[in-house]
Amino acid sequence: MHEYSIVASLIDRVQHEAAVHGGSRVHRLHLKIGELSGVEVDLLKTAFDTFRERTICDGAELAIDTVAPAWACPACNQCLAAGAVLRCSTCGRPARMVQGDEIILERIEMEAPDV
Amino acid sequence: MCETCGCGDPEIVPIEVQERILSDNDAQAGHNRSHFEGLGVLAINLMGSPGAGKTAVLEATAKAAAGRLKLGAVSGDLATERDADRLNAAGIVSSTITTGSACHLDARLVHHALHHFPSNDRDIFFIENVGNLVCPAIYDLGQAANVVTLSVTEGEDKPLKYPVMFQKADLVLLTKTDLIPHLDFDVGAVEDALARVMPGARMLKVSARTGDGIDAWLHWLQERRPEPAERPPKAHAHHGHGHQHGHSHEQR
Ligand SMILES: Nc1nc2c(ncn2[C@@H]2O[C@H](COP(=O)(O)OP(=O)(O)OP(=O)(O)O)[C@@H](O)[C@H]2O)c(=O)[nH]1
Ligand SMILES: [Mg+2]
Ligand SMILES: [Zn+2]
Ligand SMILES: [Zn+2]
Ligand SMILES: [Zn+2]
Ligand SMILES: [Zn+2]
Repeated sequence: MHEYSIVASLIDRVQHEAAVHGGSRVHRLHLKIGELSGVEVDLLKTAFDTFRERTICDGAELAIDTVAPAWACPACNQCLAAGAVLRCSTCGRPARMVQGDEIILERIEMEAPDV
Repeated sequence: MCETCGCGDPEIVPIEVQERILSDNDAQAGHNRSHFEGLGVLAINLMGSPGAGKTAVLEATAKAAAGRLKLGAVSGDLATERDADRLNAAGIVSSTITTGSACHLDARLVHHALHHFPSNDRDIFFIENVGNLVCPAIYDLGQAANVVTLSVTEGEDKPLKYPVMFQKADLVLLTKTDLIPHLDFDVGAVEDALARVMPGARMLKVSARTGDGIDAWLHWLQERRPEPAERPPKAHAHHGHGHQHGHSHEQR
């Protein structure tokens, strides 16, 4: 289950930011997770609940924005319908993913004296 | 003000990060990529379900490329060295990355294997990932291309069920095609499924058993190899990017 290794990277990153900003307790993490990122939000939450104990994230909440996938033509910007063949119906080019594969740490809310 | 726990602490501050959680892996993958580019080697991340025929395709590739291309491989294996043994026997210089319980390779594991790899003069370097259709696609390893094996015994709907893997693929190898006469496998259905999840969908049909399609696959690989002019002198390639390691690098 790779959600555990994602959580390990996440907590490392938060620890690093806390050290840089002299932060202590983390209250909330805001993440953006695409539906085509390969990360299951429920599994990620379970992994976080297990791993946050005795780290700087102990007691912290995960606030996750999920992002629906969207595809468009790179040349004429036409958007494609969900489930359609990934090729522009106008100019025939392969579509490009516009959003939906995000695995992003957006923001940390923590107790910190200096930002 | 903290809205979560109502503790009233006025010093809750938002810290903007806006970065990929796997940015460390991305950086390590970028480092691996400069190793591969420095060596003028084409690196392929070979993924697919357990038993899809990854090792068998490489064995067939070695047979077809014998005397023409120098091949290398690392195989991610949970516990054994079986795949590396098979590949070495087939003439591919190979080593194992023992992953233990990990279900995918990451860039750090590949980097370590690279620095202990017994040969620096390969034309193509295959990274046989752990058999898994989910998470190997999430981790960039520094490869030039992702190739996904899908065997005809797995069913035509796999691309729709595992879109992330196929979306990241540069090529799909439909493997074990010698078995098609014994199955109800509809090649048109898998092509249609791929077209809905893989931009610029490209699929080659191969059989490691009969060797069918292996020439087309070799051709696909040859087309992606860096031009000879881009291959710098080998002796300087390795440390061209000046990084520190905890171990020495004698010429092997
Ligand atoms: N009929 C037929 N069988 C094949 C072919 N390629 C592989 N097989 C069989 O499929 C099984 C798995 O092949 P491997 O090459 O070990 O598959 P793999 O993807 O490397 O497996 P893991 O590394 O364990 O995930 C073996 O029993 C092979 O003999 C093929 O082209 N035709
Ligand atoms: Mg194998
Ligand atoms: Zn278009
Ligand atoms: Zn994994
Ligand atoms: Zn290195
Ligand atoms: Zn080095």
